[in-house]
Amino acid sequence: MTRFLIPLAAFVVLVGFLVVGLGLNPRQVPSPLIGKPAPEFQLQQLHQSEKTLTSKDNLGKVWLLNVWASWCVSCREEHPLLVQLAKSGIVPVYGLNYKDQREDALRWLKQFGDPYTVSIVDPEGRTGIDYGVYGVPETYVIDKNGVIRYKQIGPVTVDALQTKILPLVKELQG
Amino acid sequence: MKKFGLLLALMLLLPLSLPPLLSVSWAKEAVPVAENPELEERMIALSEELRCLVCQNETIAASRADFANDLRREIREQMSADKSDKEIIDFLVARYGDFVLYRPPVKSSTMFLWFGPFILLLAGAIVLVIYLKRRRKRIEEPILSEQQLKQAEALLKEGKGNSA
Repeated sequence: MTRFLIPLAAFVVLVGFLVVGLGLNPRQVPSPLIGKPAPEFQLQQLHQSEKTLTSKDNLGKVWLLNVWASWCVSCREEHPLLVQLAKSGIVPVYGLNYKDQREDALRWLKQFGDPYTVSIVDPEGRTGIDYGVYGVPETYVIDKNGVIRYKQIGPVTVDALQTKILPLVKELQG
Repeated sequence: MKKFGLLLALMLLLPLSLPPLLSVSWAKEAVPVAENPELEERMIALSEELRCLVCQNETIAASRADFANDLRREIREQMSADKSDKEIIDFLVARYGDFVLYRPPVKSSTMFLWFGPFILLLAGAIVLVIYLKRRRKRIEEPILSEQQLKQAEALLKEGKGNSA
């Protein structure tokens, strides 16, 4: 009997690895920045290029940093959710316009709605590198002390918002 | 035949006349390469060790993704700023994690990655040895015991006697 049981058990284990492996999203690479202070930046604002925003301006509040671009297709997917979130006033959303053209970005926001408290621009993707951005959209939850607590890679989904982002924001605000 | 010869000569000569034309158009695109070929070589050597996170089976050196382009620019700039390879790698790992390295460091979370194959190899070898030992035993073990052999011989003799 063990003659068959051992190979069978080995096979089941292998299938288990395969099933789990297939279910994983290879694009979800854990960010080493979680639990670390958000990289500093001082960037021009999208709407008023003479003004800047620095990472320190938001100390003392919980905020979201959403990396987006007008050329990014899946940004459209998550955008209505962000607009809704901004309307609810639960947490301020800041936009980092990544490797984009100012006119395109402004037109895009006019067309789809502007959820951002302030939008800043990173035309060459340098702040993007500091934040470990490799696929827009990406969304960071940053706490009152300016520490990154969560990173959503890819579009924000209803599920991610309800099960991860909002509970975390509440906990951090509390 | 003559025409053919001419055509052949043209075909052979044509490529020779092309490089000057081509190199003009290439030179324009490859300005950063031309600026400092030594640094470029060092940049490519380092970026061959790095994974492009957008197209995960390509190196930063090989990928044409915009992301890889940006990282090559970053590496190039840091090299011109006299940063060592290790400093640049630390910079990237701090932002993108160990995944950016094609040769991840040995630590608790990568133990299985590094030693898993050897563990499997060892397990396979153990199973093989056990199997071979068992098989040898089975071959060495006589199929019939002494007593059974005698019995069989007796039966055979009996049979012979009957038929004779």
